[in-house]
Amino acid sequence: MSDHHNETFISKYIFSLDHKMIAKQFLITGMFMGVVGMLMSILFRLQLSNPGESFAILEWFLGDKWAPGGVLDPNMYLALVTMHGTILIFWVLTAGLTGTFANFLIPLQIGARDMASGFINMLSYWFFFAATVVLLISLFVETGPASAGWTIYPPLSALPQAIPGSGLGQDLWLISMTLFIVSSLLGGLNYIVTILNLRTKGMSMSRLPLTMWALLIVAILGVLSFPVLLSASLLLIFDRSFGTSFYLSDIVIGGEALHHTGGSPILFEHLFWFLGHPEVYIILLPALGIVSEIISVNSRKPIFGYKAMVISLIAIAFLSFIVWGHHMFITGMDPFLGSVFTFTTLLIAIPSAVKVFNYLATLWRASIRFTPAMLFAIGFVSTFITGGLTGLILGDSALDINVHDTYFVVGHFHIVMGLSAIYGMFAGVYHWFPKMYGRMMNKKLGYFHFWVTFISAYGVFFPMHFLGLAGLPRRYYTNSAFPMFDGLSDINEIITFFAILGGVVQLLFIFNFFYSIFKGTKATENPWRSNTLEWTTPIERIHGNWPGKIPSVHRWAYDYSKPGSDKDFIPQTEPLKEGETEH
Amino acid sequence: MTNLLIILIAFLVIATLVQILRVGELLSEVRNLDVNKVTEKDNKTQSFLMGSVGILFLVSCVWQYFSWEHLMLPAASSEHGVTIDKLMAFTMILIIVVFFILHIILFYFLYKYRKGDHNDVAYYYPHNNKLELIWTIAPTIVLTVVILYGLSVWDQITNADTSKSQVIEVYGKQFDWMARYPGEDETLGSYNYKLVQGLNALGVDMQDEASLDDKLTRELHLVVDEPVLLKLRSQDIIHSAFLPHFRVQMNCVPGMSTQFAFTPTKTTSEMKEQEGDSFEYVLLCNKICGAAHYNMQMKVVVETQEEYDNWLSQKNTLSEKLITKK
Repeated sequence: MSDHHNETFISKYIFSLDHKMIAKQFLITGMFMGVVGMLMSILFRLQLSNPGESFAILEWFLGDKWAPGGVLDPNMYLALVTMHGTILIFWVLTAGLTGTFANFLIPLQIGARDMASGFINMLSYWFFFAATVVLLISLFVETGPASAGWTIYPPLSALPQAIPGSGLGQDLWLISMTLFIVSSLLGGLNYIVTILNLRTKGMSMSRLPLTMWALLIVAILGVLSFPVLLSASLLLIFDRSFGTSFYLSDIVIGGEALHHTGGSPILFEHLFWFLGHPEVYIILLPALGIVSEIISVNSRKPIFGYKAMVISLIAIAFLSFIVWGHHMFITGMDPFLGSVFTFTTLLIAIPSAVKVFNYLATLWRASIRFTPAMLFAIGFVSTFITGGLTGLILGDSALDINVHDTYFVVGHFHIVMGLSAIYGMFAGVYHWFPKMYGRMMNKKLGYFHFWVTFISAYGVFFPMHFLGLAGLPRRYYTNSAFPMFDGLSDINEIITFFAILGGVVQLLFIFNFFYSIFKGTKATENPWRSNTLEWTTPIERIHGNWPGKIPSVHRWAYDYSKPGSDKDFIPQTEPLKEGETEH
Repeated sequence: MTNLLIILIAFLVIATLVQILRVGELLSEVRNLDVNKVTEKDNKTQSFLMGSVGILFLVSCVWQYFSWEHLMLPAASSEHGVTIDKLMAFTMILIIVVFFILHIILFYFLYKYRKGDHNDVAYYYPHNNKLELIWTIAPTIVLTVVILYGLSVWDQITNADTSKSQVIEVYGKQFDWMARYPGEDETLGSYNYKLVQGLNALGVDMQDEASLDDKLTRELHLVVDEPVLLKLRSQDIIHSAFLPHFRVQMNCVPGMSTQFAFTPTKTTSEMKEQEGDSFEYVLLCNKICGAAHYNMQMKVVVETQEEYDNWLSQKNTLSEKLITKK
């Protein structure tokens, strides 16, 4: 197993079969894409707060064609919005988050030497890498990248006559997404098989850390829903290139009546959101798992209601498959169907509320240690509450009529999905960095990073609710075309200010990350005094994880501050004492 | 040259940061401290920050509400809109209360239960089935109310009686809107997308008798307190007809016809008195549709029957427009 002696540079760092290296590849690719996506958002925020003004930075990045005289072109605005969404949702929060932590943590926390199939795992990364390359290439094609929104609704995404981005840019987007889905399926199957089959002795399902439960459920969600997006994309490719009419009907564009009849764009919306909604939870659940783990470790207290936490994860995942219609209340869908989707959607609030109450109960009478990871985990609880609550408005079909597709939605999903997941990701990176690189990340920079991020993120997304309640639609190049929105420019300026501030401070995180890889202080084997198995591995990160036998497990992962023990944590490898009962 | 300068400055900033961190770490090495260990002082500072920034955050939420409340949409100008506004107020109050309670508990716990001298050992408390049952059932009850209330409003809106409604077609295309009124026969003529050409922008079938007296307009005029049924179509891609003041929104989908029924209750001039002279009702596009999506709008006017009749009578019928011009 530990054949790491004869590894070459290429087999160790590039075509690596080691799950820990593959996790780092996902993480660093995700971080790179995160910077790209964030930069895009700052570029279009400049236009939104100062419509029509000239910015040297716009011309510098986008050139003469897309920002003539430093003023953003409306088509490029839509392209930036589209690519920002695509990159953040799929590249950063799906592959970057799950790819990193599923690969890194699954074998370590269940006590396995590696993933069930190291080769499939490697393929998963390289398909992702290929998808990344294709997506990045699409940024440079002459007609611009895909511009129909990250939801790529046809006919807009199907007809190059409707928007230039629906030319080659959209083709590349679809190819890239196909590669991405292949990557995600390969990864997902591997995660499921590994968690179900390779658990070490004693690691029963009821002793799995919550991160493992979350990642298992996410993998199942992905495997069941991504193929549907794949078929939706394939049909769209057919409509675009081979003259079929799955989504197109009765269209006159550019003075020409197209031959397509009988198709329906609504079909695409159904297929898209059948993935699209579980996708939201594919993003959120790993963060829920990570945060549960980190809050428990740093509260020095067992996570409250382990079983309820698992059941609510399963309930959320199950419900996520039958709520997709809440994205389509106003598409002309049968109103009765709207009622059904309102019902199922609002039900999700129940398991979500249970989770929040359990987090609060975990913090009650805890002994909280404020590591940077803990701060981000707390940030997650806050955004999960804030963003989750506004979901009660959007999920209610009658209320959705007037806030649908407004900035209210933008504020809602950025807080509950975007911020929560990115906080989970940051928390995970700070927490497991010592295991990834054998060194610690700088604490003070971590604190600074958290506070500026926390304040600026709310500064960006909380005011958006007010924009939405004023009726402002999303994806507007400027709101200056309507006198009724004239009063909103102050809010837009505040948002842009915080967006830039929040963006700049992320560079500090990236600096901290790379600085600590090479120069950080040396970590000890178990710096957070944590119970889970990964902290029993040696600091030198070897292929095969444990030098000798794989440890066996005798208890759950949450025996913190258990009475009758002389220390405030009892690793899972420690046998139960005589007369000791398991939680 | 400027590019080079920017790169140089970025490089210097990074180098400075590295040196600052190095100095900090070397100093603590000399003092034999672990610079990245979370100390009691850290716990104190961070929990204090949590408490105070937490309060500031909640205060800023209140501040935002009071400074921007006047920018929100005015009360609904339609019958069903009033019921939506009520449901909205109910839900809003509910979520604001829960938002504040949960956040205050969160920040208070973080402030109170930091690790320190007086609080070195946490209380081992893995679960309590009774408590968990309570906080599963409590949200369930609240949500039952929310769901039932929401569905009853939704049902009222979508099952509105349209038998007496004035039917008007709203037609979207990149990047403007048109409206078609049925004329004296009160029936809209049939259409076919292949007939879209020149002045016949909506592809109305002129062989159909009902089409002859239809009227095309660039503004949407409605009669106050008279029910109206909007029939929505699109020429090219998906648009969405959004009339925020009336709490009306429905997508326009190529290949199918969608609809929304409502009753406007306040005339434009009443609204001008209430909101200021510059007020206008508007129909805007709320589904991404291309470069000029942000400016795809149509003026909406709500007026008395008399004003409406007067306005409509001045418009040419389709037969006058299309057939005489031939």
